[in-house]
Amino acid sequence: MTTLATGPAARAAKPATMAQALQRALRDAMAEDPSVHVLGEDVGTLGGVFRVTDGLAAEFGDDRCTDTPLAEAGILGTAVGMAMYGLRPVVEMQFDAFAYPSFEQLVSHVAKMRNRTGGAMPMPLTVRIPYGGGIGGVEHHSDSSEAYYMATPGLHVVTPATVEDAYGLLRASIASDDPVVFLEPKRLYWSKSPWSPEAPAAVEPVGRAVVRRPGSSATLITYGPSLPVCLEAAEAARAEGWDLEVVDLRSLVPFDDETVVRSVRRTGRAVVVHESTGFGGPGGEIAARVTERCFHHLEAPVLRVAGFDIPYPPPMQERHHLPGVDRVLDAVARLQWEAEN
Amino acid sequence: MKKSSTPVRDPAGKTRAPSGGADRASDAAGPVAPAWRVRTDPTPLLPDERPFRVLGTRAEAAADPALLLRLYAELVRGRRFNTQATALTRQGRLAVYPSSTGQEACEVAAAAVLAERDWLFPSYRDSLAVVARGVDPVEALTLLRGDRHTGYDPYRHRVAPLSTPLATQLPHAVGLAHAARLKGDDVVALALVGDGGTSEGDFHEAMNFAAVWQAPVVFLVQNNGFAISVPLSKQSAAPTLAHKAVGYGMPGRLVDGNDVAAVHTVLTEAVDRARGGGGPTLVEAVTYRVEAHTNADDATRYRDDDEVAAWRAYDPVRLLEGALRGRGLLDDDEVARVARDAEEMAARLRERMNAEPVLDPMDLFGQVYAERTSQLEEQAARLRAELDAAAGAPGQEEAR
Ligand SMILES: Cc1ncc(C[n+]2csc(CCOP(=O)(O)OP(=O)(O)O)c2C)c(N)n1
Repeated sequence: MTTLATGPAARAAKPATMAQALQRALRDAMAEDPSVHVLGEDVGTLGGVFRVTDGLAAEFGDDRCTDTPLAEAGILGTAVGMAMYGLRPVVEMQFDAFAYPSFEQLVSHVAKMRNRTGGAMPMPLTVRIPYGGGIGGVEHHSDSSEAYYMATPGLHVVTPATVEDAYGLLRASIASDDPVVFLEPKRLYWSKSPWSPEAPAAVEPVGRAVVRRPGSSATLITYGPSLPVCLEAAEAARAEGWDLEVVDLRSLVPFDDETVVRSVRRTGRAVVVHESTGFGGPGGEIAARVTERCFHHLEAPVLRVAGFDIPYPPPMQERHHLPGVDRVLDAVARLQWEAEN
Repeated sequence: MKKSSTPVRDPAGKTRAPSGGADRASDAAGPVAPAWRVRTDPTPLLPDERPFRVLGTRAEAAADPALLLRLYAELVRGRRFNTQATALTRQGRLAVYPSSTGQEACEVAAAAVLAERDWLFPSYRDSLAVVARGVDPVEALTLLRGDRHTGYDPYRHRVAPLSTPLATQLPHAVGLAHAARLKGDDVVALALVGDGGTSEGDFHEAMNFAAVWQAPVVFLVQNNGFAISVPLSKQSAAPTLAHKAVGYGMPGRLVDGNDVAAVHTVLTEAVDRARGGGGPTLVEAVTYRVEAHTNADDATRYRDDDEVAAWRAYDPVRLLEGALRGRGLLDDDEVARVARDAEEMAARLRERMNAEPVLDPMDLFGQVYAERTSQLEEQAARLRAELDAAAGAPGQEEAR
């Protein structure tokens, strides 16, 4: 579990947003390692449309934080070349659906380069992608694309849900010698929590899940934008006599079977919660893994609460699509499996 | 995940230039050059050295007064539409609006040069061209209001859905124009794209297909100086965006995008050429986005007020108004009448946009497939039950 900093540094902590923590992670990584370069659309003068790269061009120059031409395949493709020559590019894709033009580079080259060169050519690059809905964006600004990336061997897929993790996971991703798809839940960009940039709290390394709320009667397995939903549902479920444990995956690839399995074996029941579509979505893989490892401990089938299997709807309709507290509670109620059958 | 400092092997040390041989071309006794497949078309690169203009030049006298007056009314309406839509964002009636104020001449001309059977392929900033083409303004704004992705029937006015991903509509325009020609229809497609969009791979592929297939398509690049915050100088090193046409083997034209008569003239030539079997044309209209990228953007971060002021002064509406007045084709009465018309259009738009759209959440499942899958049936039933439960216990949904 997350080790929270204590002592003077923690006392100095002021509320910070996830966007600020990400910005700080980029800044610290660039200051420490001259091979870290940031590139993307509007990342320089503007500081990115979400201001995550704010100030980097001013501090480190245009060559370290570069406004590129508007071409995602070009951005990621040139980042591959930069990585081949020893740099550590951190690429910003402006929105989830605008990363799709770069899919060829990601799937055919970024993900496979280490493997196809027998380890000779690693790809130490990070692709930051704001993802998910709930901010009232028009079409192509709210996709949950994690399943595409998860389905591509060779990529790490990471997604923070807290301010500390935003900093810690991004630093770790940039330091990694493997390519990381770093998914930023855009509706949490402005969520605040006390955080000290001078002494950032230590976080679990990439690949480890954490228990955000201990409980005994069922496990909610979730990540990114759905974590606050699950925490709220867990509070609400107390009234119904449910003591829910909430596991934040933090990293979808690699997947932390250990933490998840330990929790589900104890609680005997599990619900996977995410806003990405259910069919062919991450929840199917997670439910299968849990079932394979916990079959004899389960009191009920592993359930999934997901977005509908539809193209992301217009903003006025998105609340009907996004899984909220009610849908999570409804699934929890359906975990009374043995009583019903 | 392995974190280490494994240095990537010294890439510079490993590169070695291939050892160069003698210059064979100059070696008379060397092998004879094979039959090169190189096209050496002697066409001059570009006809225009500077953006082509009509207003204020000798060409103006030849322009049809009736057409100019019609374009004037359209420009005024267009400007009013932009200011109204921007106001609607402040009232929360539109989620977002990318204004085309300053670019109305391009928007209006693009719609005006097309025959009814032709097709328009707009980008996300082009609601105005869509409206000028005859689409109901409220239907044209549903994407930006957030109730529907595309509120109009594309076939009714021959307007493709407003494309949010940049440049992806360009290959569609080429394909549609190609299909029409295969069927023997003399239909032309006109596609709009921004200066930033010309950097996308889809732009390149569309241009290349269009030229190879000699498709009846016209590409209009509205070069408004910026792609969000990125100026043209960081977007392209080409002398002009019109020059890009040369490499594909199609004509490129450079036009003053604030001179509606000039844009109309150049686009008309391009459409006629396409319709006559002459193939595609790339038109670059040089203009300026005087408002911010969208209402959510802070343009002061990346550009000077002076630059904006200079472009505001070189205004497409005032430019035409001045020319028409100078020729005695327009007086105060007519200006007031056109303004009144535009005001009425804005009032109607305001009123209709203020009505809350009636939405059925069950529409989420309506048009995913021609026939609903069993999974979607199941999900639709679940949502219906949720909605019924919420209706039965009012306030319960909010309470959670
Ligand atoms: C493929 C893709 N990448 C990124 C974006 C995000 N985006 C929206 S508008 C814009 C700038 C567009 O500039 P330009 O093509 O010059 O058109 P303008 O906005 O000036 O009309 C960007 C980067 C997008 N819509 N699509």
